[in-house]
Amino acid sequence: MREGRSKAFYLLATFFAGYVLFLYGPMIAIFILSFQGPEGGLTFPMNGLSLHWFYKLFAGTGIVDIGSAFVRSLKLGLVVTVVTVVLSVAAGMAFRKTFRGSAVLFYTAIASLIVPSIITSLGIALEFRLIDDFIHKHVSGWGVGAWASDWQTGMGLFTSGLGAHLSWTLPFGLLIMFAIFNRFDHRLEEAARDLGATPSQTFRHVVLPIILPSVVGIGLFGFTLSWDELARSSQAIGAVNTLPLELQGLTTTVTKPDIYALGTLTSAVSFLVIFVALGVILILRKRQARHGSDAHAGIP
Amino acid sequence: MSIARTLNDARSELVAWLQAGPMMLVFGLFFLLPLALVIIVSFWDYNEYEIIPRFSARGYTETFEGCLTELPNLCTILKTYLKTLKLCFLVWAITLTIGFTVAYFLAFHVRSTTWQIVLSLLCTIPFWTSNVIRMIAWIPLLGRNGLVNSGLQKAGVIDKPLEWLLFSEFAVVLALVHLFTFFMVVPIFNSMIRIDKRLIEAAYDAGATGWQTLRDIVIPLAKPGIVIGSIFVITIVMGDFITVGVMGGQQIASAGKIIEVRLNALHFPAAAANAVILLGFTFLIIASLSRLVDVRKEL
Repeated sequence: MREGRSKAFYLLATFFAGYVLFLYGPMIAIFILSFQGPEGGLTFPMNGLSLHWFYKLFAGTGIVDIGSAFVRSLKLGLVVTVVTVVLSVAAGMAFRKTFRGSAVLFYTAIASLIVPSIITSLGIALEFRLIDDFIHKHVSGWGVGAWASDWQTGMGLFTSGLGAHLSWTLPFGLLIMFAIFNRFDHRLEEAARDLGATPSQTFRHVVLPIILPSVVGIGLFGFTLSWDELARSSQAIGAVNTLPLELQGLTTTVTKPDIYALGTLTSAVSFLVIFVALGVILILRKRQARHGSDAHAGIP
Repeated sequence: MSIARTLNDARSELVAWLQAGPMMLVFGLFFLLPLALVIIVSFWDYNEYEIIPRFSARGYTETFEGCLTELPNLCTILKTYLKTLKLCFLVWAITLTIGFTVAYFLAFHVRSTTWQIVLSLLCTIPFWTSNVIRMIAWIPLLGRNGLVNSGLQKAGVIDKPLEWLLFSEFAVVLALVHLFTFFMVVPIFNSMIRIDKRLIEAAYDAGATGWQTLRDIVIPLAKPGIVIGSIFVITIVMGDFITVGVMGGQQIASAGKIIEVRLNALHFPAAAANAVILLGFTFLIIASLSRLVDVRKEL
């Protein structure tokens, strides 16, 4: 395999290029079409070039209240990101020691990843429904205060919705932590300990700086998975909708390019987050290299 | 000495528990408990607007209604599962072929690490964007007046637009492949990258053809990745109701779609019964697949 490029290489390279085109082609089509003129339709040809459909989106005249769904999704995404990063790093550290129940946690995470989302979503919906029923039937009679008799539902963006999203993002976070620590040089921590560092000092000054680029990666997964999450939210989000849910609702009713404008906008947020995160990862790596640590060598 | 060590171990375990506890709690509250409730509620009774906490197998009997009396014709639920399995098989076969080829190219033919990272990122970025958008992105191409139809018409291949391109089973399979090939590429690439390149060179030196090397060395060693990728793709397709809904024009039934329909009718126990059936199916598939490989060892 050391000689020049073989015929197989060119064949496979063409296949790969075809796959990339298949991945990006359709998306590029809707990005272009979202700039349709006011008279334009859902397909090519372009009928003029304008920002008409973006204006329409923000004017809120056409479709549902996109602005507030946008803000809701953003808030939820940020909370999910923070919780995913903190809990994943903590649990990742735990897996470096032996503890009873580690296998249970591992298999639970894997199961949470592969049990069909609709089942998890249904389960969370049932859970909150039963709590609501219980409060309505029993607690309101205990005279514990006005909250019980005024109780509507416990379901909401930051209760059931947050839980549903975490059941999806945490397994990814944990698996990324496994990947990090598989390649982590244990001697660095031992050296820190031998030099008299406390466990929290070792973590803050040795472990965290080394794993930081990958931790940013966990954040990237946390945000993007939450921002685009649909199946688990579908039953468990409560009365209000997130942006992907609104978008899904639109697919059956909309016949104008405003759905593409919304798609372009949502993707723009995704791309912004992806490139900022990748940029931060790159800068952190460069800094590690510059500071002469060979710690990064183990993490490609 | 040994007491100190025992104390140390106990302390280390306590710390580990404090670190892993929050995540376990989240899984307990938002995954394990919900799952248990699905199973319990599937055996409860219901009426038009509420769940009645009283034992009843109604959710199941209604689901399988007519399955015995209508024989030899298949009842709705069996037909739906058969259709879902067919969908599953098609998507699995296609994603596996594409995923394996792409991973093989990245692992064995891209030589510099930088290019490997760049090309892998190129495959990963769509995964970080919205699935619904990636579905509606097919409308301008496959729609009645889309690029494919107008192109074929101009070329004189067809004289009226093909109706089966969009909102059809074809569209569902296409979209599922488009969305989830990524789940095959990553684990297979991960297995391939760990194959010692010298093994391949040794095979060539010993006179093996490219095809023999692929069959006798690469595929067996990439098996764990293939199995993990297959588990991902199959479980996703089995439970999917969004792609089937959007790309099938809400007209195609699937195992996941039944649950959604029952839920929209607020028949929670019936939805739960269907969820348990789907869970059982998924579990069987995973169990038979994971006999082929130790998942934990591979991570």
